Amino acid sequence: MADRLNRREFGLGAGATGALVMTGGRCRAQAQVPPLKLGVLAPRSGFEALIGQGCQRGFEVAVPLLRDMGYAIELMSADTESKPDVARVQAEKLIAEGAHMLCGAWDSGQTAAVAQVSEQHGVPLVINIAADPKITEQGYKFVFRNFPNAPMLMTGALSLLKDLFEVTGTTPQTAVLMAVNDTFGQAAQNAINVLLPKLGMPFRLVDTITYDPQAKDLSVEVAKAKAARADLHIGVTRLNDGILMVREMVKQRYEPMGIVSPGSPGFYERPLIKALGKYAEYCFSNNPWMDPNQALTKTIDAAFAKTFPDDPFDINVGFSFEAALIAADAYKRAGSTNAQALVEALRATDIANRVMIGGPIRFDEKGQNVGNRLASLQIRNGKPTVVLPPTNAEAKPVFPMPGWSQRM
Amino acid sequence: MLTFVNIVVAGLLTGCVYGLMALGLSVIFGVIRIINFAHGAMMVVAMYFVLVANQKFGLDPLVAMPLIAAALFLAGYALQRGVINRYIARPEHEQFLLLLAVSIILTSSTLIAFGPDARSVHVDYAYDSYEIGGVLVDKVRALAALGAISGVAALWAFFRFTRTGKSIRACADNHVGAEVVGLNVKQLYAVTFGIGATCVGASGALLLLLVDVQPYIADDYTLLAFIIVIIGGLGSMPGALLGGLLVGVSEAVSGFVIMPSLKSMFSFGLLIIVLLVRPQGLLGRHV
Amino acid sequence: MNLLISSTMQRRSAMALAFFVAVMLVLPLFAGNYVVSMLVVVLFSAYVGQAWNLMMGYAGQLSLGHALYVGLGAYISGALFVHYGLPPWIGMLAGMAAAGLAGVVIAALSFRFGVTGVYFALLTIAFAEFTRIAFNHFAWVGGSSGLYLPVVTLTRDDIVHLRGSPTMFYYVLLALTLAALALSHLLLGRRVGFYWRAIREDQEAAQAAGIDVFRYKVAAVALSATMTAIAGALMAFYDNNLYPDTAFGISRSIDIITAPIIGGLGTLFGPILGAFVLTMLSETMTSLSANLGVNGLKQWIYGATLLVIVMLQPAGLWPWLKTLLRLDEGKL
Repeated sequence: MADRLNRREFGLGAGATGALVMTGGRCRAQAQVPPLKLGVLAPRSGFEALIGQGCQRGFEVAVPLLRDMGYAIELMSADTESKPDVARVQAEKLIAEGAHMLCGAWDSGQTAAVAQVSEQHGVPLVINIAADPKITEQGYKFVFRNFPNAPMLMTGALSLLKDLFEVTGTTPQTAVLMAVNDTFGQAAQNAINVLLPKLGMPFRLVDTITYDPQAKDLSVEVAKAKAARADLHIGVTRLNDGILMVREMVKQRYEPMGIVSPGSPGFYERPLIKALGKYAEYCFSNNPWMDPNQALTKTIDAAFAKTFPDDPFDINVGFSFEAALIAADAYKRAGSTNAQALVEALRATDIANRVMIGGPIRFDEKGQNVGNRLASLQIRNGKPTVVLPPTNAEAKPVFPMPGWSQRM
Repeated sequence: MLTFVNIVVAGLLTGCVYGLMALGLSVIFGVIRIINFAHGAMMVVAMYFVLVANQKFGLDPLVAMPLIAAALFLAGYALQRGVINRYIARPEHEQFLLLLAVSIILTSSTLIAFGPDARSVHVDYAYDSYEIGGVLVDKVRALAALGAISGVAALWAFFRFTRTGKSIRACADNHVGAEVVGLNVKQLYAVTFGIGATCVGASGALLLLLVDVQPYIADDYTLLAFIIVIIGGLGSMPGALLGGLLVGVSEAVSGFVIMPSLKSMFSFGLLIIVLLVRPQGLLGRHV
Repeated sequence: MNLLISSTMQRRSAMALAFFVAVMLVLPLFAGNYVVSMLVVVLFSAYVGQAWNLMMGYAGQLSLGHALYVGLGAYISGALFVHYGLPPWIGMLAGMAAAGLAGVVIAALSFRFGVTGVYFALLTIAFAEFTRIAFNHFAWVGGSSGLYLPVVTLTRDDIVHLRGSPTMFYYVLLALTLAALALSHLLLGRRVGFYWRAIREDQEAAQAAGIDVFRYKVAAVALSATMTAIAGALMAFYDNNLYPDTAFGISRSIDIITAPIIGGLGTLFGPILGAFVLTMLSETMTSLSANLGVNGLKQWIYGATLLVIVMLQPAGLWPWLKTLLRLDEGKL
């Protein structure tokens, strides 16, 4: 009978309600675990604003996704304004406001400033992106870096070149290096002279051309590069000079076998692809990148596309997410916000379910993750596409590149 | 050898646009004796206007040039009449701070409106180049240089043949004498600043063809304008143009012969030498 | 001159100064690291502003390239420490010597060739930029990758090796700022101070009155440069990393001069007040614009504030504040 509960139904109902009450109680108990206060620093204004805003998006998209994975973090955000002095004061502010851990800061100078503050207060710092090797050489106990340092970047990037030549069967005899005179460019210059013989690279470096980061006109530099008559053009650039460089190459009808950018931003960034259009196609960028095979990558990609449909899901987002993941994971294992407990948990980090290409996230005794791998990205159909290593590749690399006049 | 010729030609063409830009500064400094530290910022604002015209209405910067020049004349006139006029007799550091504040406000306004990324203008001939006897001449650069030269010519004609032009030159030569003769100096100062702004606007439109616009490039161009004006000679119009050409070529050549990242160092070195050895510049009158 | 100022006024000034010093001395005991690190920034600005003020406010020479001396002090002491382990205070002396020499060279060359006013200002910019680019290519100091000083985390403050908490740097800078204040006060009352002010008011008249204008102008620049280099060296050991673009950059030069001009050029306390006002304004703006998320708003408000102050109070905020506090005829 429909409108009168019989004994069996009552019993089931009571049982169900009881179970609900009990689990509800346990859920409330779990929710009682306070979220980790994560202070995140990024250059959201100033010279590096575009990049900093990308990092910030990575942190923000991490919060709900990590919650679904069973972690609980609360973001406290600060803007370093692309300046080390500000970064320092903002790190102090976050700590004063109760941050249990810090994440940041993309730029090596700003990160070094934050690292000092971190170490002085004994608050752990998880570096999302920063390449200067000296940050992990200071003997810090509280600083952990999930990003390859500059020598690792260059070694990885150049090795991938060798792989590229093998896979495509085309080997250039000569190369010219055009580098912006900043941290990336200097690292590239220092590394390339050491690594060319060490890695047994098949080409000879004919000329090195450096230019000022504020250069607004690269016609002279490209003319020099063209005059070197090299097979391969290696360009270590940032975003704007990358655009200028390719534009000048087209205008001056300079067509090398290929354009490769090892270990620097620029050739995976959406504004460059948008600005150069068909001329951006077939350019290579050898950098850490998101692993297309990882399930977590696909999850984040979908969530990011929904939350930030107009913005690119690139390494700034990827590494910032991973930094938040590392922090949350350490907190879960430590079970407390005590700094020493957090540090020990961080040291024991071992995360296989990750976003970026490489082995599980682990830190060595200096706090450096040596397991990250680089990928070779080629711009295809307006998107940075993984073409190497073959295990993570989405497409086969095209080398040599079609000439400028052949672009559609 | 051919590469060298290509580079020198490109440097000369760019130098023409630099010359027009510096002309604005030279006119203002030569007549009103005020250091316009907002020079680059004004140019960046003009560049953004031209950019918007290009993106929204498909207007070619060459076509927009006279329009932006006129607009900036009015803006410059108003700025001088309204704000700067009171500072002419004031000490240099106050003038500097005033124009610095104006520069910061203008630059941050463009930052708020357009964001920090570099933007470029789209013209159909953006990737074209002429080949003349083996020398590669960039079409865009050639057209920009032509625009600059016509701008300079128009200005020269103004100063030579019109009444106002001659009055301004009189003011520059002898301030007191000009007032004695009955010239409305205050009005002429405003006109002069307006003309300076016109040059800035026109050169901005042309420069947009050559470089990408970004809020942060303002200070670099202010400095560059000063270098050119001092090397060429203050208060000398042909001097500004000559200075522009010289700086354009020397930047190109030094970049080619030494290392491009040392380009600016070379320009500053040149500035130091000129300031010490011949402060009136190449074509300026004795200070 | 002392007879013309009432003893009440002098006592008021002295009391005001004593009060200020007392507050600054005990502040770190109550304030957390965040406030202290912010005040370290203020004191840097105040001290360098005083050094710059000596040259501009008293001798009337506009330097727009003062970052040159900061950079030289920082890089020389830093590099000597990195490569040879030279203790900071000794490296600082080397930095001071280099900066002083640079100042003498620039001043001597300029004034000998009759470069003054705007041209001199442009010359100072040119020298600073030239040095910046040179250091970007100078491998011994790390070039554009920057110079990193090895950091040793100690549990206590070590003032001899300049390793320690922000609080330690706070007190060092406070001492320096007060010393600079005392030095300026001292020099103003002596012959060199009078000569400087005469040169600032009317250089030709001063020359005609028999003052060796050239020598005193060069002395002003050299002193200013040497003092500034001290701050540079401290900056090197506080930040522990240096980049040519930030150390020698034109934005640093502009930051150096805005505090003293806003505070009050040619006054003793002006640079200090200016530093406080600008840093506080900056921090407030950071919080505000972070919440609003508008990139560039902070700079806009900063520019607008500068404009308003220049237009309404061109002599700076300190003279206005002095009148308000009725310290008018005191020596500050």
